[in-house]
Amino acid sequence: MKRFATLLETLILTPSRNAKIAAMAEYFRDTSDPDRGLALAAITRDLTLKNLKPAMLRELVTSRVDPDLFAMSYDYVGDLAETISLIWPGSPNGADHVPNVSGFIDLVETTPKAKLPDVMESLLDQADASLRWAMIKLATGGLRVGVSARLAKTALAAYSGQNLEDIEKIWHGLEIPYTSLFAWLDGAGPRPEIQHGRTFHPMMLAHPIDVERDFDTLDPAAYQAEWKWDGIRVQIVSDGDQCRLFSRTGDEISAAFPDVTAAVCGRAVLDGELLVGTDFVPQSFNHLQQRLNRKTATRKQLADSPAFVRVYDMLFDGNDDIRDLPLGTRRQRLEAWIASQAGTLASSRLDLSQILPFQSWDELAEIRHHAAEVLGHEGLMIKQIASSYVAGRPRGPWFKWKREPRMIDTVMMYAQRGQGRRSSFYSDFTFGIWKGNEIVPVGKAYSGFTDEELKELDKFVRGNTTNRFGPVREVEKSLVVELAFDSAHESPRHKSGIALRFPRINRIRWDKPASEADNIDTVRTLLS
Amino acid sequence: MKHRYGANCAGSFQALAFGEPLMIDDVEVTLFPAGHILGSAQVRMVYRGQRAVVTGDYKTHPDSTAQPFELVPCDLFVTEATFGLPVFQHPNPQDEIARLLASLAAQPDRTHVIGAYALGKAQRVIKLLREAGHDAPIYLHGAQEKLCTYYQQQGVDLGDLRKALDRDKESFKGHVVIAPPSALRDRWSRRLGDAVICQASGWMTIKQRAKQSGVELPLVISDHADWNELTETITATGAETIWVTHGREDALVHWCRQRSLQAEPLYLQGRDEDSSE
Repeated sequence: MKRFATLLETLILTPSRNAKIAAMAEYFRDTSDPDRGLALAAITRDLTLKNLKPAMLRELVTSRVDPDLFAMSYDYVGDLAETISLIWPGSPNGADHVPNVSGFIDLVETTPKAKLPDVMESLLDQADASLRWAMIKLATGGLRVGVSARLAKTALAAYSGQNLEDIEKIWHGLEIPYTSLFAWLDGAGPRPEIQHGRTFHPMMLAHPIDVERDFDTLDPAAYQAEWKWDGIRVQIVSDGDQCRLFSRTGDEISAAFPDVTAAVCGRAVLDGELLVGTDFVPQSFNHLQQRLNRKTATRKQLADSPAFVRVYDMLFDGNDDIRDLPLGTRRQRLEAWIASQAGTLASSRLDLSQILPFQSWDELAEIRHHAAEVLGHEGLMIKQIASSYVAGRPRGPWFKWKREPRMIDTVMMYAQRGQGRRSSFYSDFTFGIWKGNEIVPVGKAYSGFTDEELKELDKFVRGNTTNRFGPVREVEKSLVVELAFDSAHESPRHKSGIALRFPRINRIRWDKPASEADNIDTVRTLLS
Repeated sequence: MKHRYGANCAGSFQALAFGEPLMIDDVEVTLFPAGHILGSAQVRMVYRGQRAVVTGDYKTHPDSTAQPFELVPCDLFVTEATFGLPVFQHPNPQDEIARLLASLAAQPDRTHVIGAYALGKAQRVIKLLREAGHDAPIYLHGAQEKLCTYYQQQGVDLGDLRKALDRDKESFKGHVVIAPPSALRDRWSRRLGDAVICQASGWMTIKQRAKQSGVELPLVISDHADWNELTETITATGAETIWVTHGREDALVHWCRQRSLQAEPLYLQGRDEDSSE
């Protein structure tokens, strides 16, 4: 555990990307199986220990220290593992006996749930603060050490000399603790074979287009345009027996959308947008959201908001991996495959994403403008016809061109401290708009400001607190902030009756008096 | 004070030795060492038999650059609370210095630059390094020189100190440079090349804090009392009324009230929590 703790500390404190890669590469090289694979899974957030939950740890710590003092400390530190590791009373009585990573995981997973608190308590008593921190991080996931799954895989590539893309392609078919992967990386075994008809394949993502710069360098004839749909990106993986549905991050969401998974048969891996609605007419995102929030779908949801997928790409056609073929060719294979499904149940759940003809970027700009104002579309996707399907977010082949964000002037009402990198800063804000003579909350925003602005906002909150409710501070209603958001919807759950999608801070209006912030009638005109 | 805040920082000055009572109207005022930095004092005020002590910044942990903290029994105790949360339990400063020296030995081709406040912290870190047997020259940012010289005049031996000004990058390699924390993120630090950024502060207990400040090697060395020192001192004064200020007042007030002590937070305007050490 000591080595793992040291690795985490290095990762969290080393600002340099290369130094992080080097630290991970060294760990993978010098650590044996299955420890290194389990550590890798923890870093890529693929490791979940089913028995040990944060709530249990909270209960355990508050049986040893005053619950109020713990709550105040947690609010200040902003990280559960770190708070518990620092506040845990007593000095270590056997740090050398703390098990290694796999020993710890075995212990936690094989101990009956009722006995787990005792086992954890004695482990925490043995360990020093750094080991306690590593154990809790391992147990609860969400390491927050500033390392993405992609960076961890880059470290695998760095230590082994294998190609990152080759690792990505098999990644989701592998199982923890990745013994066959490490054997291959060590040169002691073949590249692991995966069952591509059952596993998620990393998606290709688009960059926001830079209107000023990009269009001048792009040839409109080399690109195709499609609507950008307001649903969620999904991958359909069907091996002929069973169809699975994965989210963009590779989480399986099949159970919540049995209407799609039961209908699709045949062998293919498809990329598309999950939407709800009848006759392929999408309902608002709120309806989809309600289905996403549930593990399984209710009968009423299946009837009122049936799900379908607007398909736009194909990764596997039958057994053929066609990711290296150009998009134009993949599209032909996709159209042929969809045509072959005519008359089956699948055809009622799969709809081809339409390709929008255009001659010039100016013409496309007009299409986008019209679509946003009249049809209520979110924007456009622009894809290079020659592009192969590459995992990750390469710059160049795919762009998204969202419609202009909506803007409103709001007033800061409440603030809360952030977590992780922003722990101790007041960085999570609730904003309101005028409704008659009062200000009612309209949305929360946590992003859109620079580090410098964050410091100023934090200072404002501390200097203008009028009330404290636990971790939440109410502030003097005087600071106007321009919020940008993608769309506004009716919502009975909010006091203002309005919910904003993806609100973020666009500008801080230090100059503007609160009386000039927007009122609810203006905001209602923006409802979609 | 004159070194820190300028010769005109007060209209007039009056020196008062530790333990020497001074009558101001009907109040007897006496200063006692606070152990925070060289010369730092607690103030005891006695009026009609009632004793009030204001700690200012203090620590009880031994520090060879400051007069040791003296416990002053009282009825009203006004305590600081910079580290007034039970997550703050400062380790032994000697262990932190050992980690620094280990890192120095492991990376002899990199400079270790330590962010430390010019008054008190810088001298304490240097002294701790000397006591750990590190007798190589230590390089100082210009802002540190005056106060280090003053400490040395007061009999605190800090060893071989040199100016960091106008020196070649190469000459710092494998050495320790001490600079104010603000200089670490400023152009000033570019002259050090690929340096290991260290910071000596009680805040370094919290990893995300260290990360926010861009610190690669956090050194938990504090001139303020940690949670245990704060609570032990409150108990030891015998005071029944506790006023808490300068820091995380709420937790300490809560702790006092649970022990049936009268406790109130003093929120000072412009001195909100999290102000620097």
